[in-house]
Amino acid sequence: MARMLAPKLALARAAGALSRLRGGGATSAPGKLLLTLEPDALGALASRLRRGSVLVSATNGKTTTAAMAASILERHGVELVHNQAGANMAGGIASTLLAAARPRGGIAGELGLFEVDELWLQPVAARLRGLRTVLLSNLFRDQLDRYGELETIADSWVSALRDGPARAATLVLNADDPLVADLGRDRDGVVYFGVDDDSLALGGMAHAADAKHCRRCGAPYAFDAVYLGHLGHYHCPSCGRRRPSPTVCARAVELDGVRGARFRLSVASEEADVKLALPGLYNVYNALAAAALAVALEVPLNDIVAGLQSATAAFGRAETVTVDGRDAQILLVKNPAGCNEVLRTLALEPGEHDVLGVLNDNIADGRDVSWVWDADYELLAGRVRSVTCAGTRAPELALRLKYAGVDPQRIRVIDDLARALSAAAAERPDSGEDGQPLYVLPTYTAMLALRELLVRRGEASSSWR
Amino acid sequence: MALSATTGRTLRVCALYPDLMNIYADRGNLLVLRRRCEWRGIGFELSGSGLEQPLNADAHDLFYIGGGQDRDQRLCAEDLLQTKRASLHEAAARGAIVLGVCGGYQLLGRAYTLGEDEIEGVGLLDVHTVRDPGPRLIGDIAIEVSLEDGGDPRVLAGFENHGGRTHLGAGADPLGRVVQGHGNDGRSGHEGARQGATIGTYLHGPLLPKNVWFADWLIATALHIDPSELTPLQDSFECAAHRSARRAAGL
Repeated sequence: MARMLAPKLALARAAGALSRLRGGGATSAPGKLLLTLEPDALGALASRLRRGSVLVSATNGKTTTAAMAASILERHGVELVHNQAGANMAGGIASTLLAAARPRGGIAGELGLFEVDELWLQPVAARLRGLRTVLLSNLFRDQLDRYGELETIADSWVSALRDGPARAATLVLNADDPLVADLGRDRDGVVYFGVDDDSLALGGMAHAADAKHCRRCGAPYAFDAVYLGHLGHYHCPSCGRRRPSPTVCARAVELDGVRGARFRLSVASEEADVKLALPGLYNVYNALAAAALAVALEVPLNDIVAGLQSATAAFGRAETVTVDGRDAQILLVKNPAGCNEVLRTLALEPGEHDVLGVLNDNIADGRDVSWVWDADYELLAGRVRSVTCAGTRAPELALRLKYAGVDPQRIRVIDDLARALSAAAAERPDSGEDGQPLYVLPTYTAMLALRELLVRRGEASSSWR
Repeated sequence: MALSATTGRTLRVCALYPDLMNIYADRGNLLVLRRRCEWRGIGFELSGSGLEQPLNADAHDLFYIGGGQDRDQRLCAEDLLQTKRASLHEAAARGAIVLGVCGGYQLLGRAYTLGEDEIEGVGLLDVHTVRDPGPRLIGDIAIEVSLEDGGDPRVLAGFENHGGRTHLGAGADPLGRVVQGHGNDGRSGHEGARQGATIGTYLHGPLLPKNVWFADWLIATALHIDPSELTPLQDSFECAAHRSARRAAGL
């Protein structure tokens, strides 16, 4: 097998080098070619990893969770093969393995850490020999034109875990997401994580919440506490199914606006305080997920805490850059649940904000921009000094903001991203509020375009990998 | 201030299954109706009617039903037949508007297939919806609509995403003619359906934000006045969003 694989690896590598020379940035291209040449390449290369592989999937937080897990595992001394650039379909994962592959059946690394697109969990899990642990965090309504309905994805996850290498893998599941927690119903040794903090409970479910019906019997769940979207403490009054009680949990959560968050992490009988450099309850969930994964991999608590505390933002995920001399914090928004958490976090900051919203409708964003009407932009009403709307569907974002109650005189549309960015950064607080950053809320492809723009301007080099 | 046709009037809207049939940002449609009434000094009342809640046919001027996930849509289909069908027919007969979007459109027809089953609809529209082995019909869409006899056609722009193919019977007219996109079945060139004051369309979610002229037509028609009697609003954002949606559809 390995002997037959070597020339194919070489060919795919050469193709990747050629594509880079021609300015192509696609990190998944060599992997895609490799999978065409050798459909079993994922399994063949992954089986070289001495400690096997881990898969991480979710609607929201995949990249950040995997980055946090990497920070923990590296501190623990584990050498990783990790698709940290975020190329998370089979081709991207194959590219990552290809880059790590060494002659004579070797590989540079001992554990594979791969974030995987929700729809690709099943095909990737089926081929990944040595799959050891699967971490699944959340399922939210996202890009219905691409992903379809939520329950369809949940069903594909059920079959992804039932067959092949995943059958024997340890599951790490979010106890607070009923769709996800239910995946562990007939499994042993599941590591559940969740939040236990009544002070965070919302008044009710978010408008766009899904997963309202018991996966087992179909009756509506009763929620005792809702923390985020449909995540919380729930039970089914009909069949008695309850939220599993988590082994890894967050208590005494304190959200420090857009700057960070603290919580008390408890793992079985041990406890420790964690101070995150990443903001919002959504990042507390990401940290819990990474911690639970580390627990499943038998990493001690002090490494977990140290790894989480040194984790920094993945590109565009609460990362701060400089634009024309002004700090700009980039907060990726791509679906209602994620957007609501960003808006909620932003609303914790006092004063009026300058905001740049970039709404694109490219394939990777979802062609359908309807979702902005499901996100609670009402949280910005009365809280913005200026909103600049850019991107391929900028006028529709501007309209959403107007109907959300933002003063239309404070909203302007500048389709072109470069001009919009300069104009938004040039908005300065009159007095006394110096140092307030510009908040940039881009969709996925807008975030990538922003990265290119900032690199070209030389204003972003050191801060991303 | 002179009395206008809308002085002292209130638009009473009932959203059917707002917790279940809301998958494509249907909230945006309701929000646009609310704001455009409020900005004109027209009262606005929104009530919701969920599973097992009976419907008062006389208490509302406009009924709205959006789209849902298959599981939720099935629950609502049964409930519509059991607790709401008679009231909806009564309301439609006295001229109340019934607007169904996406899944809601399918439910207003005579029947539709969901999975293996044929499910009976409310029957306010003489249409039936079947599954097709072909792909879902997804994408930006623009249609041309003539709501008044002899009036100039106007454009509705939006997004469609449906697996079902809807066929019109003799009793229903198409809502519009497809200019760009798929429409009811991807073949007929028809989009949506209209039968009296009942309207169904696949242009989902924020149909009304992208087409405020249609929102205004609904408000006026539900209040039994002419759209020209509505106070004009400052609609520059609205017009820009409409143009943006048209452009996305290739028009």
